[in-house]
Amino acid sequence: MTAQLDHHAERSADVLLRNARLLDPASGVDARADLLVRGGTIAAIGDRLDVPAGTQVVDATGLHALPAFVDPHVHLRTPGREGDETIATGTASAAAGGYCAVLAQPNTEPVTDSTEVLRALQSRARAEAVVPTGFLAAVTLGQRGDELAEFGMLAAAGAAGFTDDGLPIRDANVLRRALQLQQLHGLPIALHEEDPALSAGGVMHEGAVSAAVGVAGIPSISESTMVARDALIAGHEGGHIHIQHVSAAESVAAIEHARQGGVRITAEVSPHHLTLTDEAARGLDPNYKMNPPVRSDTDRAALIEGLRRGVIDFIATDHAPHSPAKKQLPFEDAPFGIIGLECAFSVLYTDLVLPGVLDLELVVRGLSAGADVFGIARPRLVVDEPANIALVDLDGAWTVGEHGYHSRSSNCPWHGRELRGRVVVTIAAGSIVHREPLHAAAGGTA
Amino acid sequence: MSIAELTTDDFRILLDRALQLQQADSDSRRPLRLDSLAGRAVITMFFEASTRTASSFQLAARRLGADVLHVAAEHSSVGKGESLQDTIQTLDAYDPAAIVVRHPRAGAVRDAARWSSAPVVNAGDGAHEHPTQALLDLTALRARLGEELAGLEVWIVGDVRHSRVARSGIQALQRAGCRVTVCGPPTLVPRGIEQMGCRVETSLARLGEADVVYALRMQHERMSGAYVPSLRDYAREFQITSTRLRPDQLVMHPGPVNRGVELAHDVVDAPQSLILEQVRAGLYARMAVLEHVTVGIDSEVLA
Repeated sequence: MTAQLDHHAERSADVLLRNARLLDPASGVDARADLLVRGGTIAAIGDRLDVPAGTQVVDATGLHALPAFVDPHVHLRTPGREGDETIATGTASAAAGGYCAVLAQPNTEPVTDSTEVLRALQSRARAEAVVPTGFLAAVTLGQRGDELAEFGMLAAAGAAGFTDDGLPIRDANVLRRALQLQQLHGLPIALHEEDPALSAGGVMHEGAVSAAVGVAGIPSISESTMVARDALIAGHEGGHIHIQHVSAAESVAAIEHARQGGVRITAEVSPHHLTLTDEAARGLDPNYKMNPPVRSDTDRAALIEGLRRGVIDFIATDHAPHSPAKKQLPFEDAPFGIIGLECAFSVLYTDLVLPGVLDLELVVRGLSAGADVFGIARPRLVVDEPANIALVDLDGAWTVGEHGYHSRSSNCPWHGRELRGRVVVTIAAGSIVHREPLHAAAGGTA
Repeated sequence: MSIAELTTDDFRILLDRALQLQQADSDSRRPLRLDSLAGRAVITMFFEASTRTASSFQLAARRLGADVLHVAAEHSSVGKGESLQDTIQTLDAYDPAAIVVRHPRAGAVRDAARWSSAPVVNAGDGAHEHPTQALLDLTALRARLGEELAGLEVWIVGDVRHSRVARSGIQALQRAGCRVTVCGPPTLVPRGIEQMGCRVETSLARLGEADVVYALRMQHERMSGAYVPSLRDYAREFQITSTRLRPDQLVMHPGPVNRGVELAHDVVDAPQSLILEQVRAGLYARMAVLEHVTVGIDSEVLA
């Protein structure tokens, strides 16, 4: 079953990327070549391709053409919180970050727990989404954690999967029933793992930093105990659970252990958990407040290692916009969440690839591997595939937020940082959805 | 704003000024009165209840010649939902010499300072810092023991987890050269606190090593979870009693004291208790801080 994705399709692209370095590790592509897109499809890859009439030419010398990225974990705040983000602004943010598809979480107002809400969202996506957008539906009505949502009807209406993200599923029996019914639709059940009894009142990682600044902490065991519990239930029922935003070393170990035991368990990690630790929150800036929190150096190292070894399957931003009025409160009062679509690739490239911590190939894979878990066609740099391409200037520097954000919100922990790995052009579902001047410093034309 | 951000020089300057003011006041026949802030206003904006700190800051401001305005949140438009930003900007519009803020949330006073052109002084932000308390504690110790505190063994006993007094104190005492041990039930001494440089004990067995025992209040209003089964269970293990102390050990407490909980009744009033001296030192420490953030400290100025 492939997830239903909707967007407002623009003109299909006719564009030649001249002399790009193509890099699609999952398809075994790593070569300097021209890539021709015709009518939105990759028509040819080769040397010195002819330029058909009516084709734009982009001089991609020195640039990398990557399979565009897929983010199965974004918050578009629609319906109910359009002041923080809309489908239009959130997907524009995604396009600017090199993404060709996103899946939106259902913790909206009202919650996406019925076909009525789901269909309304799909209709809005057809009207305003810049990139193909799918929607997850809730596991329980209202995400209240007791009554199951109508999985069958929602699956038939094109839900991409089920999650109560933002909240854990406290009742083990509710999860168990959901996993049993999963056999009828086969869609992933994605889990926000947190034990509210252990996380109660916590606002950052429970560790030396929270001890020093005097705020309540969220211990790693809040997450790892639930991962372990849910893995055992999934194993018992033969179901597939997907662990969202893994943050703790103990969780990585629990996932690996479960998988070795044959459990169908997948996992994602965010750019912020791969690059930040609780030290970032010592200054009590709410732009470093998220749930689950960024944790210690040991946790960060375990997450990097987990991604490297494939224990963690892909990278997802958990893009969580909050307007300044809401986010700029004292740290303990501010809502959890940060945005990340626009700078995800640049953060990963600058803070992990450039220092030699992770290979570029691994990051590139990780940014679109979420497609496989959620039944979305994987972007590939292969002839006859729809064009889903992120053209990036690895050496290109830019300052996060210097021209504002495509997102309606600006709660970005990397605000003001100079990063490398600038996304120059994004082609999604065969259309150009984002374009920057090739040479940003001079403000020149493409 | 915090002990953490205070430079070494400023730390020393503030402590020396506080001690100087205290000595000048005890030397002279009439209460010390300066006019450094004559014609200026000092506003104290408290979003949390306080007896000592509020009165201490207000008296300190008056002794510097300032007009004092005290705003308590429960009597202000904060009850109408006015934001911290708007509250501070409103008060700042009066062009005060300084705004003193106490807030129940960590980091909130630094947030408030962003919206104020007048200097903002931290009178306590959540469980994070209470820098003037630490300064007055050191002043009281120096007044009693002499200016040099290096090598002093200080035990901080009680609910460290929820204590801004402890967090500022741990840092300030260490900067003054003291060795700090924190002690309390494991539920109330957060893991990782030793990375602030202090030792951790979970019983009073070695209390005899301390020169100074600093007791913290068992804080009802901060403890929404059950951290100790009962106060008497806590007192049995951790109450500072005269039998647990030698007469040469000093006892301190930031106040208000829960008599019979963290301190036995007779200990509160004993000669070894510095509690009232701490209160007195508070006036001078806060005068020094208000001078420092406004007109600057001039050790020549004593009247």
